[in-house]
Amino acid sequence: MFRYLSLTEQEKQRMLQAMGRGSTDELFAAIPENIRLKRNLDIPGPLSETEVLRFFKELAARNFHADDNAYFLGAGAYHHFVPVVIDALISRAEFFTAYTPYQPEVAQGTLQSIFEFQTLICQLTGLDVANASLYDGSTALAEALLMAERTRGRRHFVLSSLVHPQYRAVVSTYTRNMEWKIDLLARTSQGLTHLDAAASLMTDSTAALVVQYPNFLGGIEDLSRAAALARRHGAMLVVAVAEPIALGLLQSPGALGADICVGEAQALGIPLSYGGPYAGFFSTRDDLKRHMPGRIVGQTVDADGQRGFVLTLATREQHIRREKATSNICTNEGLCALMSSIFMCTLGKDGMKELAKQNFSKAHYAADQLERRGNKIVYGRRFFNEFVVTAGAPVARINARLAAEGIVGGYDLSRDYPEMANQMLVCVTEQNTRQEIDRFVQILSAAETAA
Amino acid sequence: MRTDPIVNIRESLIFERSTPGKTAYSLPPLDVPAADPRSALEPALLRDEIDDFPEVSEFDIVRHFTRLSTWNYHIDIGMYPLGSCTMKYNPKLNEKLWRIPGISACHPLQDDSLAQGNLQIQFELQQILREITGMAGVSLQPAAGAHGELTGILMARAYHNSRNQRRKFVLIPDSAHGTNPASAAIAGYQVRSIPSNADGRVDFDKFREALHDDVACLMLTNPNTLGIFERRIREIADLLHEKDALLYMDGANFNALMGYTRPGEMGVDVMHLNLHKTFSTPHGGGGPGAGPVAVSRRLEPFLPVPLAAKKQDGTYCLDFNRPQSIGRVRAFMGNFGMHARALGYILSCGGAGLKEISETAVLNANYLRHRLQGLLDLPYRQDSFHEVVFSDKLQTKKGVKTLDLAKRLMDFGFHPPTIYFPLIVPGALMIEPTESEGLQELDAFVEAMQSILREAEENPEIVVTAPHTTKLRRLDETRAARQTVLRWRRAPEQDKTPREAARAGD
Repeated sequence: MFRYLSLTEQEKQRMLQAMGRGSTDELFAAIPENIRLKRNLDIPGPLSETEVLRFFKELAARNFHADDNAYFLGAGAYHHFVPVVIDALISRAEFFTAYTPYQPEVAQGTLQSIFEFQTLICQLTGLDVANASLYDGSTALAEALLMAERTRGRRHFVLSSLVHPQYRAVVSTYTRNMEWKIDLLARTSQGLTHLDAAASLMTDSTAALVVQYPNFLGGIEDLSRAAALARRHGAMLVVAVAEPIALGLLQSPGALGADICVGEAQALGIPLSYGGPYAGFFSTRDDLKRHMPGRIVGQTVDADGQRGFVLTLATREQHIRREKATSNICTNEGLCALMSSIFMCTLGKDGMKELAKQNFSKAHYAADQLERRGNKIVYGRRFFNEFVVTAGAPVARINARLAAEGIVGGYDLSRDYPEMANQMLVCVTEQNTRQEIDRFVQILSAAETAA
Repeated sequence: MRTDPIVNIRESLIFERSTPGKTAYSLPPLDVPAADPRSALEPALLRDEIDDFPEVSEFDIVRHFTRLSTWNYHIDIGMYPLGSCTMKYNPKLNEKLWRIPGISACHPLQDDSLAQGNLQIQFELQQILREITGMAGVSLQPAAGAHGELTGILMARAYHNSRNQRRKFVLIPDSAHGTNPASAAIAGYQVRSIPSNADGRVDFDKFREALHDDVACLMLTNPNTLGIFERRIREIADLLHEKDALLYMDGANFNALMGYTRPGEMGVDVMHLNLHKTFSTPHGGGGPGAGPVAVSRRLEPFLPVPLAAKKQDGTYCLDFNRPQSIGRVRAFMGNFGMHARALGYILSCGGAGLKEISETAVLNANYLRHRLQGLLDLPYRQDSFHEVVFSDKLQTKKGVKTLDLAKRLMDFGFHPPTIYFPLIVPGALMIEPTESEGLQELDAFVEAMQSILREAEENPEIVVTAPHTTKLRRLDETRAARQTVLRWRRAPEQDKTPREAARAGD
């Protein structure tokens, strides 16, 4: 008998007998003969625990990973400190084996923690309301654009080319079949979105202006100016945040005029995970709350007047509205949202500030050292923890050299911006020691000099 | 049998626990010169601190979230028979293998040569899901079932676009999950609902009437949400294909079929699987899930990019060279943590184990049906697969509704089934025990239902006011939607208790 099953052969027989059935095959009689599988599934196994773990450990040995290797790679996923309490708490079966909290009387733990997540995201982004999470930053951005179209009734979008290329790709997949017009904004010589160009592209038919903060090249956009431009045309300002640790230092998008702020919560306590699971966050102004996609938790009282929490505003959702829903989303990323909640509580007011400062200081130290040794910092110092540096040779070649020393180098920008040959997007976080940074600088500058 | 109430320690919001000056984090001292942000950024761009962010100690956090956790029902403590949600045991082994640092601490953009192990995990899972479904190609990118649906429908759209056809409609049975029509609408289609027949299956004649040259596809759940197998699925597929329309299969209920039949043989063109249902990855209180899509040969060119691929030299890579792809549906490669766990699960089971899982899941559902029919109304009497749908028709005479039965089950130590779904059954109770439950648990559930149904006859008051043993009693959902409080805010007066604050609606 297989270890995850709980019926013996005798019990099966007893159950069949009680039901007046001869065999379990009878229960499958509705499957027509011509579509039955008449052979066994060709799948390896069954394996014992020992064998399964051995298999995965062998695979793990063929990966570089952030516990053993120095990483200077960000570009939408960030190697940050993950407090030990997070895994200890989310490993409680009460959290990780529960379902979506449809029955609030037996799901107050999940519901209250989501209410706290919503509050923390509002505080972090400076907006009024937030949802219970979306799949990730890229899909959250697509949902934000869909919401802008819904509420404004307009189909023209002005999108910065310095929004994460993969986020833009997802937006393009989601909206390809809609009659939308999406204009892409070029970048300035400072590595920022060309807002002058936005001024000439935007009209009274524009639904939203969309920028990333900090942008994909690490630059910190002028959100106030973007907000003023959007307001002039009755459009929304949608701000995407891929590196929320920056918000420990930078003024919040809400305070600078964003109407919707979406982003990727990974940096907030979620391991790199080779890309997922992560959690998308979504916050907006109070007057737009009924247009938000995804699950939302609200406060209420029980029959005795005790404070409690429930899923609310469900009339926006697919299980009630079907094809008229604000979004098709059902499952969100509850456990990852909980991880980021615990992270934000652990860091707290002081920790978020300190963490952001360390990131800023280390990245600026790395940039200074690279420049001293002859690498060009392409867009100056208006960055948080990521910047663009000239590499003197194709980035792929330099990264191979770094890998030989156990270091994972930065992102090869020529993958998305063909004109940026030999330019690397470098990310330095609090996890990089000075020693690692110095070694990285040495290898990179040697390549520059050789070129 | 009635369970004792669990310990319910009161706990405030984390913000209400906050005390200025407390902290829970530690960072190494800064080992480079501190840089002054004002040197690079104008003051208007800088924030002093995040207003009202909590200030608590590490132990405050541990206490807080541990207390919250005790208010949750979960699969490890008892049966969670939510129909169509497949709440099965989530093996501990999969949590352990995911936490091997070489698996979970990898960056999604690190070079393929530095991620061979993880690429192999993705490649092998793709191959195995192809075998289990009998389909030609698989993408692991969608992050959840509904995301897989959207991906699938976008592929259907791309297929017709490639043949210069602009089709307008998607056909969806009235028993379908709400995500089906919502996904079709986001892909730009109009939805046509197909009624179910007296058997609880798609009304074949109505389907034929609705099928014309403007139909892009039919979205069919099999077994459907009544737990009934759509036995004419092959004929349905053939009719669709005659019109160059496609068949989408919602694989939410695939736990019923493994090793018995495959969508490939049914004529399905595109489907999604829920790794968090059939393949045991934990639901996490509402995600993360994963919703891989599988496609027939004709849709393979349109799969999202990238796919994990194996090169001639035996190494693995991400394949971006797919010119007809619909593009990306998510950044990076999807919920990889779920892919690794699902692969661990499948290898633990093997092919024969997967078939035994489906066999046992269907046996368990039929056993519950057998024990409960007569006590509860069974609106559709066709063979059940992995779940069975009853209604509250017999109980409403006494004023006891499905919601009441559901709430009363909590007092007996069980999570309620899915209720009021599918929509075609008024007062539906949709019960899916899964293969994880043993006979003792099933019998205990039956006894609990028997007691509750007896109460409904003799003492309905105790049922309609349930639950009585949970931390909170029934919650006022209307109030939550009308007087929306979606976040905590610092109260103007500090002396209100949380209860008073809740009453005041602030």
